[in-house]
Amino acid sequence: MTQNHRATALIVLTLVAAALIMASAYMALAGAPDAAGLTEDNTYAQRIIYFHVPSAWLSMLAFGVTMVASIGYLATSKRGWDSLAMSSAELGLVFTLAATASGSIWAKPAWNVWWTWDPRLTTYTIMFLLFVAYFMLRSAMEDPARRARFAGVYAIFAFLSVPITFMSIRWWRTIHPVLIDPNEGFGLGPGMMAAFFLSLASFTVLYVVLLVHRYRLERMKEEVDDLKEQLGY
Amino acid sequence: MNFWKAVFAIIRKDIRAELRTKDIFSSMFVFALLAVIVFNFSFELRVPDMKMVVPGIVWVAVTFAGTLGLNRAFVIEQDKGSLAGLLLAPVDRAAIYFGKMLGNLVFIFIVEIILLPLVMIFFNLSLLTWQHLLALFLGTYGFAAVGTVFSAIAVNTRAREVMLPILLFPVLLPVLVAGVKLTGALLDGEPLSELLNWIQLIVVYDLGFTVVAYLTFGFVVEE
Amino acid sequence: MSESDTPMIEVRNLIKSFGSKHALRGVSLRVMPGESLVIFGPNGAGKSTLVRILSSLSRPTGGTVRIGGLDLARHADGIRRYLGVVSHAPLLYDSLTAEENLSFFAGLYGMQKPEERIKAMLQRVGLYGRRGDLVRTFSRGMVQRLAIARALLHDPEVLLLDEPDTGLDPQAAEMLHGLLSELSGRAAQAPSGSPAGAAIERPRTIVTVTHSIERGLAIADRIAILVNGRVAHDAPVGGMTAAEFRPRYDECCARPRGGGGR
Repeated sequence: MTQNHRATALIVLTLVAAALIMASAYMALAGAPDAAGLTEDNTYAQRIIYFHVPSAWLSMLAFGVTMVASIGYLATSKRGWDSLAMSSAELGLVFTLAATASGSIWAKPAWNVWWTWDPRLTTYTIMFLLFVAYFMLRSAMEDPARRARFAGVYAIFAFLSVPITFMSIRWWRTIHPVLIDPNEGFGLGPGMMAAFFLSLASFTVLYVVLLVHRYRLERMKEEVDDLKEQLGY
Repeated sequence: MNFWKAVFAIIRKDIRAELRTKDIFSSMFVFALLAVIVFNFSFELRVPDMKMVVPGIVWVAVTFAGTLGLNRAFVIEQDKGSLAGLLLAPVDRAAIYFGKMLGNLVFIFIVEIILLPLVMIFFNLSLLTWQHLLALFLGTYGFAAVGTVFSAIAVNTRAREVMLPILLFPVLLPVLVAGVKLTGALLDGEPLSELLNWIQLIVVYDLGFTVVAYLTFGFVVEE
Repeated sequence: MSESDTPMIEVRNLIKSFGSKHALRGVSLRVMPGESLVIFGPNGAGKSTLVRILSSLSRPTGGTVRIGGLDLARHADGIRRYLGVVSHAPLLYDSLTAEENLSFFAGLYGMQKPEERIKAMLQRVGLYGRRGDLVRTFSRGMVQRLAIARALLHDPEVLLLDEPDTGLDPQAAEMLHGLLSELSGRAAQAPSGSPAGAAIERPRTIVTVTHSIERGLAIADRIAILVNGRVAHDAPVGGMTAAEFRPRYDECCARPRGGGGR
């Protein structure tokens, strides 16, 4: 019975994700060796890298999944693809916010500014705005088929604009050099590498688990809506 | 019907209709002019040399005015149902896209050409070189290419015109950055050969999104 | 274009939903070549939605549409050439003259030397004298007349009309009725006052949605009644008069769900 197999697999995966996250949290906060040559404050602050970078990576991954799912919807007109696109976009929104916020939090103890217009941080802010625009578009439309189509088209444009935006801000920056860059001095020692990759892996698993859960939720919601109006509510 | 013939027929029709009312055109131009004047007052007393902010002023004014123009172009089609007339004809959806897009491009570019001498007069700067016009054209093309698709989307939402800037501005950012950079550098006297990477950026943006628009416009206009 | 026993328009189990709103719940219809189908029904029955789908402006949620033997979903571009559509939205450009509007559309339909045809159509609908005036200055009746000229300009095989007589003054309504009679093969000659060149030879396949029972029956070969997204009645007109039709219509509308067509 594949239904039961799938349910079991999902529970197992969820538990694995939880375990991984706890493990990497421990490693990040205590297990990994201190970075060399930083001030007291910065030594602690540097640990945010185990959170910040995976979040950033995941927001990109989520956006990519949204774009691919959008293309899938436009090609097949199957609702499932749109639900996947939307679920991934939700997660992407959250991770982008996490990446931006953690980047800002890192900047404060490190360089005493809350914000820096460095290309990565700025691009993530734009990405956040793109996700927000995606959801605003969705909420401004009633017909589900059209909503899925429009959101899908927008997602494609939005995702493809990100690398170009990044390049443009990178070049803009070299002419007005910004002295503060949280991403410089990124050298990681061997002990730290292990913690870092553990973090990356556990975040990715977390993303997949959350995506599956969210997707299932969305599909169930659609089923309920369908049943409701079959019964004439 | 031949693809490009249809495109030009649509452009001709849009220009002819617009010449009669000058509706879109005049609102775009007046808005752009007002934007420039307002920005002038925003900056004048705190900036040592207005030359520093003129590129930004020009591009922001063009962006806002262009957004206005894009909205009007599609709202008019939508309200009279005339877009349906186009959709009923045996014309490739992509031809409709290019027709509307190039028509929008022509309108916005004409507004810019008229605006530039005024900017020159206000700020005592020379902006009418072919390099400036090239930069302006490339940027405006990107604006029209993406804006046409998004305004077709926006017109069909509950929020209508308000939706367009929300959708468009984040995606348009590279064009703005590159445009302001180019205009500023040209004003500072840099030769175009030094600025090739920016030109390349805008060209990649323009070409890339034209392709994407070509592929996706059909999904936007069909019900 | 097709053999005599292949339907010109074939709709099978057509479903159209807008989210939770179901406009069409499984509509099946056939219209043979040269046949004139008139569709009646209360407001909200889905008649306009049906015409929109047939005219390729809207994509169905389910079911198939075949026109001239071709699947509309796959061959829409090729089929559009043979469709002429009149809806209650004029589909015309306000800021262009009547003549310019027709020229523009003639171009889009790939007509080579349309000037003669444009002139003939304008005369047929009685707008030749106003050909140089902006559509913005036209009355509702004149706009609709121009819309009809536009629909017929490229000599379409299939005509789709959605309440074409809305807002028409009696004279214009009479003209439209005469035109439709001709096109459905009823009147043998063109009405007086228009050049012989504008007479239309063979009967077209026509689908008309209307609220006007007398006029509808007069031009119909076949009648259908759409209620609540379903076909409640679909039969040849068989000489039925308006008086005979009314009770049947009321009966169909009164029932909570329509009969066949599922």
